[in-house]
Amino acid sequence: MQPVVQIKDIHKIYESGEVPVHAVRGVTLDIAPGEFIALMGASGSGKSTLMNMLGCLDRPTKGTYLLDGIDIDKLDRNELADLRNQKLGFVFQGFNLLARTTALENVELPMLYGRHRRASSDQIRERAMHCLEIVGLANRFDHFPNQLSGGQQQRVAIARGLVNSPQVLLADEPTGNLDSKTSVEVMGVFQKLNEQGITIVMVTHEFDIARYCRRNLILRDGIVVRDEPVKERSMAEKEMDKVRLAEAAAKLTSGAHAA
Amino acid sequence: MHFINTLRVALRALSRNTMRSLLTALGMIIGVAAVITMVSIGNGAKVQVEAQVASLGQNLITVMPGSYSSGGMRGGFGSSASLTPEDAEAIANEVPNIDGLSPEVRDRSQILANGLNWNTNVNGVGPDYPYVRNWSIAAGAMFTDQDVKSLGKVAVIGKTVADQVFPNEDPIGQTLRIRNLPFRIIGLLSPKGFSVFGSDEDDVVLIPYTSHMRRVSRRTSISMIRIQAATAEKIDAVKLGIEDLLTQRRRGREPDFTVRTQEELAAAATQANKTMTGLLAGIAGVSLIVGGIGIMNIMLVSVTERTREIGIRLAIGAHGKDVLTQFLIEAILLSSLGGLVGIAVGIAGSQFISSYNGWPVVVPTLWIGISVAGSAFVGIISGFYPAYKAAQLDPIDALRYE
Repeated sequence: MQPVVQIKDIHKIYESGEVPVHAVRGVTLDIAPGEFIALMGASGSGKSTLMNMLGCLDRPTKGTYLLDGIDIDKLDRNELADLRNQKLGFVFQGFNLLARTTALENVELPMLYGRHRRASSDQIRERAMHCLEIVGLANRFDHFPNQLSGGQQQRVAIARGLVNSPQVLLADEPTGNLDSKTSVEVMGVFQKLNEQGITIVMVTHEFDIARYCRRNLILRDGIVVRDEPVKERSMAEKEMDKVRLAEAAAKLTSGAHAA
Repeated sequence: MHFINTLRVALRALSRNTMRSLLTALGMIIGVAAVITMVSIGNGAKVQVEAQVASLGQNLITVMPGSYSSGGMRGGFGSSASLTPEDAEAIANEVPNIDGLSPEVRDRSQILANGLNWNTNVNGVGPDYPYVRNWSIAAGAMFTDQDVKSLGKVAVIGKTVADQVFPNEDPIGQTLRIRNLPFRIIGLLSPKGFSVFGSDEDDVVLIPYTSHMRRVSRRTSISMIRIQAATAEKIDAVKLGIEDLLTQRRRGREPDFTVRTQEELAAAATQANKTMTGLLAGIAGVSLIVGGIGIMNIMLVSVTERTREIGIRLAIGAHGKDVLTQFLIEAILLSSLGGLVGIAVGIAGSQFISSYNGWPVVVPTLWIGISVAGSAFVGIISGFYPAYKAAQLDPIDALRYE
């Protein structure tokens, strides 16, 4: 099968300061449909820069990037925006939902731009509702972000990423702002989506989160130093059971203590 | 993005900061209301001046004596005693297209009647005077050519004089003494109010000019001649005819008279008014600009505040144009809403001033249109820069903005 993402020897050099910063120094990477990749690395390793380029938010200084066979170097600002709209879904560390806007309207947002801009509001509503169902939040469609927990907000963000049926779902530290239990919950959503065939690339610096993925890439100083499949993969359902058991045990002991 | 959606997003953004939106719109409201009110007052004053000028009479031409000059000392216009009743007769007989003509001799005198006395204007005029002045007789009648020829001792009095000397009586048929000469009152003028120059027009006693010159003031010259041209188009021709005739009658002496038309008078009266209206509208216009700057300021704050939101929209596929339209529509909404409320406030304010001060106020429809267009224009101008700034943001920087 043809890879969705084909990256060949890409570099990114920032010229903003006095000394040019060579953030990515030649990464070559193919991502096949259905993969679930974790990009890992310490801060300054270039993983965020690579992620921005993968997300077509930034252009490589050197090298080629084909997304679904399209060379992004040949596209202008608006064409890039349309490409992001149609082929990519974004999930951010800080959720980045619009405040004082309901969950449903947040999910609808990508459909207001791009090729859907002429769609009827009923069609848009129906599709957005479906995506909320996928992440299990259909009953909270009229809640504002500040009425939702962190994990719920991130699930709304995932639904928003899914709404235009993207080729690749990109997640930048999706669990960075969440506690461990909610992180497992969110990773469960990702795993479920991946099993349905959606390609996911996420950035994380937590090893135990990376173990929910299928393939781990480790970057250091702008190059890929390790690229390997995950051997003992964590499955969210099992991890969730463990968390529940631990919680139950904690309740028992605290109950015993009280008695 | 669909226009309806853009509109909805803009409305929501404005309602999110209700107080701020209201205060911003207030700048616009005050600006537009000021323009409407000022122009209404100016227009009202203009209409009033026009009415007063029209009340002088229609198609009016006045002939005044020139200036008096003796041994290097020069008097002002009307100071020379060069205009005679014969001049008036000659004009009436020889210049075509004249509808009415009345010589006028002016004087101030103490009058006695009904046991009361009053100092008033005693003017000697011809029988055409009420017609030329567009001034109707409320009761009785105007004196006739016969009274003029026979130096008749008859008088027509104005409303103020009637009120002063005959407070509770019908003045018609009563006797009035001017310099101890008895005049029989045969007519009462309808009230005319104040002149363009602020004097009470009704404070007057009219007698035949011949009686005035021979019996009362013992003058040999007249103060002015009022002439009504047949039509507005003929005014200039009549004016030239009068000038030619009088010059001819002076037989080579320097022209010692001035002929003025009503248009010239009206122009002088409206000029000051125009300047005033322009000034008022100018001041109001400044407040409109200040309102526009207020909107620009708030839109800039709003763009900065919502940098993250803009970043999200750009990242998930909004074009720069979408963001530009969104902010532009917000600015236009703010200013147009402000403009509409401003028009309502302006009209209400004009009516209030009108009823409170008794000034005539005319709300100009044209200026309502100008205000609506103007406020939308201010919205576009002041909204464009912040909107453009937002549209040019880099999605990565915008997303990272704290």
